[in-house]
Amino acid sequence: MLTYTLLAGLLFGLYFTLIGLGLNLVFGVMRIVNLAHGDFLMLGAFLAFWLFSLFAINPIPTIPVAFIVFLLVGFPLYYLIVPRLLRAKDPEMLSFILFFGLSQVIQALATILWGTSERSIPGGQLGRAVAAILSFVTGRTVENGPVDIFGQSFPAAWVASGIASGIGVLLVYWYLYRTKLGYLTRAVMVSRDEAIASGIDVDRISAIAFGFGLGLAAVAGVFAPFLLGSITPAMGAEVTITSFAVIVIGSLGNPLGTLLGGLVYGISYMFMQSYYSSWANLLPYLLLIAVLLLRPSGLLGRQTRRA
Amino acid sequence: MHKLGRDVFLILVPVVAAFALLPSVYSNQLLLFNFIIFIVLAQGVNVIYGFTGYLPFGYVGFFGAGAYGFSLMVLHLQAPPFLAIVVGASAALVLALMLTPLFRLSGAYFSIANLAAALAVLQIVANPNLEDYTRGPYGISLSGVFNPRLAYAAALAVLAATLFIVIFLRHSKFGLALQAIREDTISAGMAGINVVRERVIAWLLSALIAGLAGSVFAWYASVFYPETVFSGEFTIFAIVFALFGGTATVVGPILGVVILYGIYNAVGISTPQYFQLIYGALIVGLVLFLPNGLVSLVRRWGIDVP
Repeated sequence: MLTYTLLAGLLFGLYFTLIGLGLNLVFGVMRIVNLAHGDFLMLGAFLAFWLFSLFAINPIPTIPVAFIVFLLVGFPLYYLIVPRLLRAKDPEMLSFILFFGLSQVIQALATILWGTSERSIPGGQLGRAVAAILSFVTGRTVENGPVDIFGQSFPAAWVASGIASGIGVLLVYWYLYRTKLGYLTRAVMVSRDEAIASGIDVDRISAIAFGFGLGLAAVAGVFAPFLLGSITPAMGAEVTITSFAVIVIGSLGNPLGTLLGGLVYGISYMFMQSYYSSWANLLPYLLLIAVLLLRPSGLLGRQTRRA
Repeated sequence: MHKLGRDVFLILVPVVAAFALLPSVYSNQLLLFNFIIFIVLAQGVNVIYGFTGYLPFGYVGFFGAGAYGFSLMVLHLQAPPFLAIVVGASAALVLALMLTPLFRLSGAYFSIANLAAALAVLQIVANPNLEDYTRGPYGISLSGVFNPRLAYAAALAVLAATLFIVIFLRHSKFGLALQAIREDTISAGMAGINVVRERVIAWLLSALIAGLAGSVFAWYASVFYPETVFSGEFTIFAIVFALFGGTATVVGPILGVVILYGIYNAVGISTPQYFQLIYGALIVGLVLFLPNGLVSLVRRWGIDVP
């Protein structure tokens, strides 16, 4: 039971990291709060659902599609809203309200288009793709079915989502710490003004980070039907809160913190599920408040958040 | 202080009188009641957001605390409704006191923590393990004290009290101090304003208003579920109405409710998603083009709006 809970927590923790990463990137670079994060995730989930149910496209190839589509949505959206917002008196607070409005628009449009019914993708689909990839890589036939890790059996969809999330997280770190653009992005994170002063095209960097943020949300959305249960147009709000819990536990604006936050969140979530399941839903809220009050800068943060 | 008297006679008295007289000519009392509740809630948001700049994204927590404080008194102790309203309001005040540490957080963090707090209270109240105390997710039924006429009258009293609080804030030194804190905390502190104390008082006032509204709502509705009185829509509507009209004014939130909630009742009830679309777009538009609400249009012509 203990090993099972820990391992499941690890898999979910990687996924929660992926959920939080996009939000944290946008906050870290632009200091604006994307309250529509969960709704972009919802759109990603619906993209995966429709591609699967209309064209029988497996969720795995949907991942790059979702990322690129939402990256491309991100650029114009950035130039439409953010520069104007950043010139305002209190961008952080105003962004909060503005993105809330955007989240309502997305949710309303999704409801008008797709109705309120719950939808899901059969869990075996993800396992099948992974089994196929493994068979191809190892040259042996790998059966689609529950995966055994340390003698514990997990649904293949969980393992696949956990691994894919882990790869996604690694790619983001590679981008941030090993590429020129990532280097510039981190410079903007540290100080927007100094980045402008040293000749960095801050708007371009921010637009890319914004697009990445939405793209990551959409990629996390592709896995949502497998890890978060059935998908509905209204699911976004809850996801946004969860991702806030994750990035606040880590620390806002610090990408490494998100990984820590995701793992802490995932493991404690699984422990609550296993031992006090009726109170498990309380966890994100209490964890969020407790971390904000006890260590307002997050587990890996510097002192920045005091009023 | 003569401005305070002017606003009481030109705004408070006519609004309360209108809602007192309308039921005799318009039969849908429930709708009028909802208008009152939303004016009260929008003004409650106005007290804390308009005057101090803290956006209470979990404002409905106080409304729900009021509703449940009221209902539990009636259910378990068979208290008379007016005593139960006092208890409901106190429940909201206690919750607000518990949440005062959140003021250590700035801006968006405060809002998020407040939202998390409201959701946590909902999760506790609606937990099936507490069925003996709160009826858990199965909801409350208060048929014993059901009395819409009296509950409507109580709502009018709450409306009058709320409008008075906002008019007082608009024209008193206290309200001015709050706005000074909102604009520049450090300078306000230098000018001798006790920043922490004034903020907490505004917060408690705002929670009190929501607690009263929640109690009266519970009495009038008399049958409801935890999701009804902790519904995020109360928070959202109250914030949007207040922003649309214009915060830190008396007439702004009233205008917001009358116009937007009017539209909502015309198109929103049959097709809520279209209303959601409209107000979502409205919020985006407001933040980008009219961050100070409708009243700022009038202000541009140099007219002072109370």
